Amino acid sequence: MKMTGAEAVVRALELEGADLIFGYPGGAVTHIYDALHRSDIHHVLVRNEQAAAHAANGYARVTGKVGVCIATSGPGATNMITGIATAYMDSIPMVAITGQVPLSMVGRDVFQEADITGATEPFTKYSYLVKDVNDIPRIFKEAFYLASTGRPGPVLIDIPKDISMATLDFKYPDQVKLRGYKPTYEGHPGQIKRMAKAILESSRPVICIGGGAISSNATPEIIELAETIKAPVASTLMGIGAFPGDHELSLGFLGQHGVYAANRAVSEADLLILLGARMGDRATGKTQEFAQRAKVIHMDIDPAEIGKNVEIDIPIVGDIKTTLKELLKKNISRQDWGWLSTVKKWKAKTEGVGHCTQGLNPMEIIKMLSDMVPEDTVLVTDVGQHQMWAARYYKTRKPRTFLTSGGLGTMGYGLPAALGAKLGCRDKEVILIVGDGGFQMSLGELATIVQERAEVKIMIFNNGYLGMVREIQQQLHEERYYQTAMQGNPDFVKLAHAYGIKSFRVEKEENILEGIRQLLEYKGPIIGEFVIDPTANVIPVSRRDNDETTRISSAG
Amino acid sequence: MKQHVLAVLVENHPGVLSKVSGLFSRRGFNIYSLAVGITEDPSISRITIVVEGDDYTVEQVTKQLNKLIDVIKVSKIGQDSVTRELALIKVKADRKSRHEVIEIINVFRAQIVDIARDYLIVEITGDSDKISAMVDMLNDYEIKEMVRTGAIALDRGSKMIKYEDTDRGGCFNGNNVL
Ligand SMILES: Cc1ncc(C[n+]2csc(CCOP(=O)(O)OP(=O)(O)O)c2C)c(N)n1
Repeated sequence: MKMTGAEAVVRALELEGADLIFGYPGGAVTHIYDALHRSDIHHVLVRNEQAAAHAANGYARVTGKVGVCIATSGPGATNMITGIATAYMDSIPMVAITGQVPLSMVGRDVFQEADITGATEPFTKYSYLVKDVNDIPRIFKEAFYLASTGRPGPVLIDIPKDISMATLDFKYPDQVKLRGYKPTYEGHPGQIKRMAKAILESSRPVICIGGGAISSNATPEIIELAETIKAPVASTLMGIGAFPGDHELSLGFLGQHGVYAANRAVSEADLLILLGARMGDRATGKTQEFAQRAKVIHMDIDPAEIGKNVEIDIPIVGDIKTTLKELLKKNISRQDWGWLSTVKKWKAKTEGVGHCTQGLNPMEIIKMLSDMVPEDTVLVTDVGQHQMWAARYYKTRKPRTFLTSGGLGTMGYGLPAALGAKLGCRDKEVILIVGDGGFQMSLGELATIVQERAEVKIMIFNNGYLGMVREIQQQLHEERYYQTAMQGNPDFVKLAHAYGIKSFRVEKEENILEGIRQLLEYKGPIIGEFVIDPTANVIPVSRRDNDETTRISSAG
Repeated sequence: MKQHVLAVLVENHPGVLSKVSGLFSRRGFNIYSLAVGITEDPSISRITIVVEGDDYTVEQVTKQLNKLIDVIKVSKIGQDSVTRELALIKVKADRKSRHEVIEIINVFRAQIVDIARDYLIVEITGDSDKISAMVDMLNDYEIKEMVRTGAIALDRGSKMIKYEDTDRGGCFNGNNVL
């Protein structure tokens, strides 16, 4: 069928099932927008291109589909970079489309030209600059395939304006031919055998799950594995939700900001099974001291992750779900000789929530929230202290219901990601916990939330500080607080009113419950501002280890 | 530090070389030399990279290269191989010194490809050590200009580095059974 490049872009999106996309128009994409206008695809007009990418990220994470975002050339494209990098670090399937100046002008520094494929090279799984209109169908087919298979990630397609105006005979390929890209889904049978043997020989096994366990939709298999081999399950920040947080074998959040039981169990384990966890520096602390007593099995679809951060005894390249299914066919059931009861004791020793005298106790709020929400609630966080408190104290019960910027730690992620998540699952409760700092990084998206009638429930944890950095200044810089007090904060309740969003403020402990109830019961977007004790810390003073390197590296 | 020679088969597209070289600088791997050219299959280019590093580094380089979508295959060139570099050297050779310079060139079985009143251009191929040895000798006569390529290499005998349809591509099992 004859059509323009712009129409081909839209047709390809339709064929890939992209019914919802996030973007912001501009001169280089007007033809694509004109074609979108004539299609059934719903376009969400964000207020900044970075938010388009974060919203596509949130949408992709709750739905498991590829998120799509679009921006114009030059500043539109460069604004989107942070969102692309955020998705890359967390392996989120995404296709980012950017307009480009006409092909004949590329390379001459013309108005609104930016080398976006060059700029995003380090943060994309792959990128295309379309040079021939006839390539559009193949490129879109490949882009969606690359974004969603193997280790997922963002793929960028840069489309010069004249290409979107040119005509082609549209034929969508039904297969991709990429000889340099053939992800391994099935684990090596020999390695699976070795894994089974190691399990049977172990007496203190621990499973550690990461984001890969979620991308692979492996929750049922992981539950079966944990119950069969009687191993407790710790989770990295990205793995939260891949194993039910209320399961008796759940240890919770692992790492520098993690909980005692998870860290203790990993350091005492004699067998550690890593499932789709890349074991970044935040999860391991000092790698030399990480899981020293354990034999380590690492299962991941990306061979480049295996052995990168921690030394591995049994590497297995493969999809977690597919490979665990194979493993579970073997006899791996083992007896527990007291390991689980030891672990149980550590779990009982979970740190208390401490006392807050100068404002609300954030940990208490999160615990209450956790007890009150429906099981399939999606919790989105921004970055900072509140994020760590949420990871520690909120019990995530289902996969794809805890959304956070783990790898890049991007402030400003929360609000647009919550918007994207809500539009991806309108039937579920979507709650955002965000600091007063991060909220102001993308508060323009309140308008998008209103425009889309997205019933996002927003909890601003207002401590008047860039709390995470304040905590570091307190502990490492002898309480020299500098540029972390958020003087000039607006009245968040009035601000919400200006957008026509219902809002309230909670300052007293006895009103927390009522506040949460109001958030959950209200039909529509709503903002609750919780005035938090500014001195509340993530790392309890008792656990401070005076080690500069660990503490510095925990700067968010 | 130990040097390793990698043969990398890539799609013959524009931009692929920058992806490969960008990966090295980004991840802090040191490239000693890099040479690229077309292969017997015109849709495939072969990049020969000499890297310096320990076994961990080489393993990481290999895995990261394999992860690039445009990289079709990465192989390590073993000991039993033929490695060549090419150098063009413009050396001072006037009436007084020309004889001695030519003698050195002959010993290295290099070739004179241009001659002028006071200068010669020498072409030499060989492994890195051989070229360096000649450069060392010619230094006594004043080298005015020099250009050297990176190494290229082929395994000896029947061992071949080729793309086959059955290849596992970016991620293959053999590689992960460490
Ligand atoms: C874009 C960006 N800039 C800076 C940082 C560094 N940073 C990490 S946490 C943090 C403070 C966040 O403050 P706030 O949003 O108020 O949340 P809180 O820590 O108080 O819960 C900062 C500045 C970051 N992670 N991202």
